[in-house]
Amino acid sequence: MATAAEPAGRPPGPVAPARRADGGRASWLMGAKRPPLVLFALGLAVAIAAALPALYLVVVVAGESAAAADAVLTSRSLELVARSLGLAAAVTAGAVAIAVPLAWLTVRSDLPGRRAWATLATLPLVMPSYIAAYMFVAVLRPKGLLQELLAPLGVQELPQIYGFVGAWLVLTLCTYPLVLLPLRAALRRLDPSLEEAARVMGRSPVEVFRTVVLPQLAPAIGGGSVLVALYVLSDFGAVAILRFDSFTREIYIAFGSAQRTEAAALGMVLVVVMLVLFAIYARVRGARALHRSTPGTARPAPPVRLGRWRWPALGLCGGVVAVTLVVPIGVLAYWASKDVASGLDAAAIMLAASNSLFAAAAAAIAAGAAALIVGVLCVRFPGYATRAIERVGYAGYALPGIVVALALVFFGTRVALPLYQTVAMLVFALSIHYLPLAVGPVGGALMQVPPRLEEAARGLGRTPWQVFRTITRPLVTSGVLAGAALVFLHALKELPATLLLAPIGFDTLATDIFRQTTTGFYEAAAIPALILLLIAAPPLYLLNEKGVSSS
Amino acid sequence: MPTSLAARCAVVAVLTALLAILAGCGGGDDKLTMYSGRIPELIDPAIAIYEKQSGQDIKVRTGDSPTLAATLVEEGSNSRADLFYAQDAGSLDAIEKAGNLEPLPADVLKLAPERFRSRDGRWVGVTARSRVIAYGAKVEASELPDSPLELAEPKWRGRVGWAPTNASLQGYVTALRLVEGEDIARKWLKDMVANDTQVFDGNVPIRDAIAKDELDLGLINHYYVAEAQAKDPDYPVKVHFPTKDLGSLVNVSGVGVLASSKHKQQAIEFVRTMLGKAAQEYFAESSKEYPLLAGVRPSKELTPLAEIPAPDVDLANLGDLKGTLALMRETGAL
Repeated sequence: MATAAEPAGRPPGPVAPARRADGGRASWLMGAKRPPLVLFALGLAVAIAAALPALYLVVVVAGESAAAADAVLTSRSLELVARSLGLAAAVTAGAVAIAVPLAWLTVRSDLPGRRAWATLATLPLVMPSYIAAYMFVAVLRPKGLLQELLAPLGVQELPQIYGFVGAWLVLTLCTYPLVLLPLRAALRRLDPSLEEAARVMGRSPVEVFRTVVLPQLAPAIGGGSVLVALYVLSDFGAVAILRFDSFTREIYIAFGSAQRTEAAALGMVLVVVMLVLFAIYARVRGARALHRSTPGTARPAPPVRLGRWRWPALGLCGGVVAVTLVVPIGVLAYWASKDVASGLDAAAIMLAASNSLFAAAAAAIAAGAAALIVGVLCVRFPGYATRAIERVGYAGYALPGIVVALALVFFGTRVALPLYQTVAMLVFALSIHYLPLAVGPVGGALMQVPPRLEEAARGLGRTPWQVFRTITRPLVTSGVLAGAALVFLHALKELPATLLLAPIGFDTLATDIFRQTTTGFYEAAAIPALILLLIAAPPLYLLNEKGVSSS
Repeated sequence: MPTSLAARCAVVAVLTALLAILAGCGGGDDKLTMYSGRIPELIDPAIAIYEKQSGQDIKVRTGDSPTLAATLVEEGSNSRADLFYAQDAGSLDAIEKAGNLEPLPADVLKLAPERFRSRDGRWVGVTARSRVIAYGAKVEASELPDSPLELAEPKWRGRVGWAPTNASLQGYVTALRLVEGEDIARKWLKDMVANDTQVFDGNVPIRDAIAKDELDLGLINHYYVAEAQAKDPDYPVKVHFPTKDLGSLVNVSGVGVLASSKHKQQAIEFVRTMLGKAAQEYFAESSKEYPLLAGVRPSKELTPLAEIPAPDVDLANLGDLKGTLALMRETGAL
């Protein structure tokens, strides 16, 4: 069954409002449209947990709604919303522009080494945006490493890189894998017979791509784009380092200057922006039927011969990989070599690495399980209630880390004091922060499990739990793994929640990096950063290979 | 394969949850807990002095002062912290106003001069730092301005760096408003913005940009340069202490005891130790800050505190951030 392994490659992106070919006739487990009570209760619990950051904002703002309204309705904050949205739109466009050719080349062409290129091209996903920004500045600042290299050629100074252009470049290069991953999966799922039909009707290859291929890729591009836009809107590290005035910077300033009401009000603006993005996305996604036209398994499309074009194609892949991987790793290695010379506390670094690994792995498992619950509810029992459960979960991803962290400080000290500032609390925070990243692939996997299989098993006398164990679970495992891997990759580099919620002494690679960079010791931050990349690489490889091998 | 993989996942999940809960059951002992906005390398030796004297370890949570202050406000009376050690008076003032701090005994407060402690007696300064003009190789010492206000003049167009999001600059603006009046503060901010003053995210990036010769001048705290010079005697950045218009305004790092602390006596002893001779000498010599305890001399290369003009500013009032932030937003500085 080819579909079993495919969903792995459909990582991020919201679950589509489920459109079932059979019109939602019989349903899983209960034989009715309503979900089982236990499942619904579990889903509700997940939704409440995921809604905590947004709930916190509501609680704070409700106290002083007048001050909150004043904070939001200033020309300054409106201007910042516009600036942040502008950056988000530009980064999204940039990410799509990089991801589309890379995805096509690595899936549909005979590009030499296309599987290796695919993995390499998605690796920037593991680069925390603040590290990428630091390195970007170190290399390209007017008198940075590049200028030092060029100095013998008479280059005295490079132009300024701060502000919009710098932020746009760094964030684009950090986020395009969020589009690339689902796009590659979608391309692999395409039924070539549609394109062949269009060709037979006399369309040119370009027209076929525009009118047949591209529309089928819209959901994947849209889903990835939503994640990219939300990432940009909630990012703080990169914009601060690159000196771009953004909305999140304003939220940080307000929290840091005892203006929590104002900060919370600004945070709510982000939640509203997120909901609007979703509404737009739902329209893009829901507009047309996208399922395959023929029964049976889609055959893989024959690779397009690139011929002479493979040289520019290789140049494109090589260029992207050079800029996003070779240069950063080169800089980190250079710094690390300088730092190693000045002595190294290997035991402390290894401890930080194992702490990072542990917290991120636990968060990935928790988020994967939670995503399975949300996914089953959304896909098998579509309705307003289940869709609300899914969307509420995105608040945690759309809000800056500081808001998620302070929300859990607020609720943690009030309702879960024994767990406050324990590893359990940290894992909880990380899993609700990144839950949406897991919901996408899990939901995608579930959508490809034909309900008829489950119904047949029920008809043969299996209990709902047996059906889940023997039919559903094996088919969605790869989707759950893909979702968990994405959560793992993000949790590994998380900073604000870790600083506030981890037990004292539970240092992670990210907190190590933070400590070194705030004091200007960039060299000392290089080794933890390299280890971070090293730990992150295997799950990413898995994510890619799972997707690639399915055909 | 998938079935066994899923089974393994489930086992790992359960084990992980158990481990996580076990790992969490370590708190609740008698150790003091401190939230610190200070850089660990600079503060650890001073903490070690207390640990040695009292025989008790301190657990330290490090972050940036304003974020930790926000955290303490959210935690309220359930905070696990006994102490808050901040980089700036503003963060201490914020949690004092929120009612999180315990009054300190008079004999502890008196260790620091009056202008370096809270008027309500709930926090006390440990060290002082001054706002200086850092400058690089391209600038002659003779052309440096006597007042930070002169940095808004056309001569320095595009050559100066500042960090408007940083508490230290905000403190300077607050002082300017209180001493020189709202109009002068507004005009200065406007002129600085119009003068293409370069915006940075903090003191360290400003210092680094001057060292790289990308920037000529910067408004930063004195010890950032002292710190770099300690590592590299040839560090290409120098400091200038301006003398007019609030000149090199002095701010504090300080500490307070949380009202919710269950170890108040121990926490107060910690504060006393920080203002004791050993710790104060460490701060003077190693972190190059101004000691506040009478009789401990600052490092030789620093302009003595007494020679820095002391404007009549109540440091606690530097906590009047709201007005400052409003003015900075109005003028486009923030």
